[in-house]
Amino acid sequence: MAEQEDAVQTADGNRVPTVIADDLHIVYRVYGTGAGKGSATAALNRIIRRKPSGGVREVHAVKGVSFTAYRGESIGLIGSNGSGKSTLLKAVAGLLPAERGRVYSHGQPSLLGVNAALMNDLTGEKNVVLGGLAMGMSREQVRERYQGIVDFSGINEKGDFISLPMRTYSSGMAARLRFSIAAAKDHDVLMIDEALATGDRAFQKRSEARIRELRKEAGTVFLVSHNNKSIRDTCDRVLWLERGELLMDGPTDEVIKAYEKESGK
Amino acid sequence: MSTVSETTHDSAVAMSAPPSSDDGLSRAELARKYGLTQSGARPSLPEYVRQLWDRRHFIRAFSSAKLTAQYSQAKLGQVWQVVTPLLNALVYYLIFGLLIGTSRGVEDYVPFLVTGVFIFTFTQSSVMAGTRAVSGNLGLVRALHFPRACLPISFCLMQLQQLLFSMGVLVLILLGYGQVPTWSWLLAIPALVLQFVFNTGLAMVMARLGSKTPDLAQLMPFIMRTWMYASGVMFSIDVILKEKAVPAFVHVLLDCNPAVVFIDLMRFALIDSFTSDKLPPHVWPLAVGWALVMGVVGFVYFWKAEERYGRG
Repeated sequence: MAEQEDAVQTADGNRVPTVIADDLHIVYRVYGTGAGKGSATAALNRIIRRKPSGGVREVHAVKGVSFTAYRGESIGLIGSNGSGKSTLLKAVAGLLPAERGRVYSHGQPSLLGVNAALMNDLTGEKNVVLGGLAMGMSREQVRERYQGIVDFSGINEKGDFISLPMRTYSSGMAARLRFSIAAAKDHDVLMIDEALATGDRAFQKRSEARIRELRKEAGTVFLVSHNNKSIRDTCDRVLWLERGELLMDGPTDEVIKAYEKESGK
Repeated sequence: MSTVSETTHDSAVAMSAPPSSDDGLSRAELARKYGLTQSGARPSLPEYVRQLWDRRHFIRAFSSAKLTAQYSQAKLGQVWQVVTPLLNALVYYLIFGLLIGTSRGVEDYVPFLVTGVFIFTFTQSSVMAGTRAVSGNLGLVRALHFPRACLPISFCLMQLQQLLFSMGVLVLILLGYGQVPTWSWLLAIPALVLQFVFNTGLAMVMARLGSKTPDLAQLMPFIMRTWMYASGVMFSIDVILKEKAVPAFVHVLLDCNPAVVFIDLMRFALIDSFTSDKLPPHVWPLAVGWALVMGVVGFVYFWKAEERYGRG
């Protein structure tokens, strides 16, 4: 295992897989749908009759997806809204249980979503330190990388914002800081769910550079984006999901061309 | 391994992977060959303990950050750390000490009461914080990967730090009421350590329950208040029960109550007139037992659902 750690290929020329999805099915259960009344008596009535609250609806969000991702690959996920991209990434990160099938991964995949709030009542500074420690960095590593994280996020470009509580940040600033914290660690598998969309142009440039760096360090990066240009710029392989099924898996140019033809762009 | 699903698109082309010795392997075999683990699987208990130990700096930093953030929106800021427990004790003194008169038959009533209030508050706030430890930090849980037990442990550590402020106040009150520091004050340290372990175990149980059923956070204040009144915080259970015919098993139950055990240990340590004959029988073994049982049970119970926190 040790000699494989940093190489994209093993000695016998095999590529090293980092994420394997094997016939993965994911079913969401959504509570409280249906036309049920939202009043207290209605809720009590449901409890007494032991009926699931307001009708449970099952959403089959991912239907039998299989793929193998390798070290050093950067994989884009495309598809219309609600096609199961975010759900798939959550399952790879181990945040959603699989209904059928399995996901195997090397190390602990990290998912970076848009709405993952950190600690809003704490300052940006504390968030950087605590985020680093929570990801398993040592105190020395956090100290070393602290300035780098703050610079990368660009939070302090317009004054001393890092010492303010995170609840005072704009959504773009918060997203930038979150990305900077998560990207500071060398991940085996990093998944980015539209987290870059909120940043400004300069930040997007910096993050794309960081993604390329992570790939060079023999990690695997997944990127969900509706911006085909940023997928073209950063990814060498694309998965196209539609209605929870894997429609296409191949080199970026081919898949995006087919996708654009289909979506009429 | 190329993956092209059945599709109507003729343009789909397989990834041009060079032929390799991996081609014949199924996905599960491939995963095994390269040592991939199943995503979201729960680590073994020893592995979990190791991961937790790796995050010890996070636990410490998180609890002190939360402690300072607690009153950051208040104008008086950290002064509330000391004022809150004092006000708490004052309210109970007015109602129970002066109005209802439960101070009868209790020597050194004010130190007795304040010790009880502070020690019970330690357990109470640990349980309350534990209930919301996972459900109140879903953002963090969903964003970063770390052993989730960090959260209830951090919150209990925060309550311990909070208690140390209160203990500072308590020492002043004790001195003000003419208690002289003696060697027995040192007994407060093992008592606090045991109570901390007990609280953490209980908080981990509550954290798991609370993550499944957030409604518990609404229910807990009532349960905790019932527990408080049953624990002789503002009166002496012995004095109250003296005139009443109570079955023996009720006595035993009341004496085994962990809150009573920890409160009485602290009173015994700090207050001269609270002599050892007022302690429940076998109080030290009881304290150690509660700490060990609750600590271990709570930890294992919390670990059992590790892979399910923050899902949905």
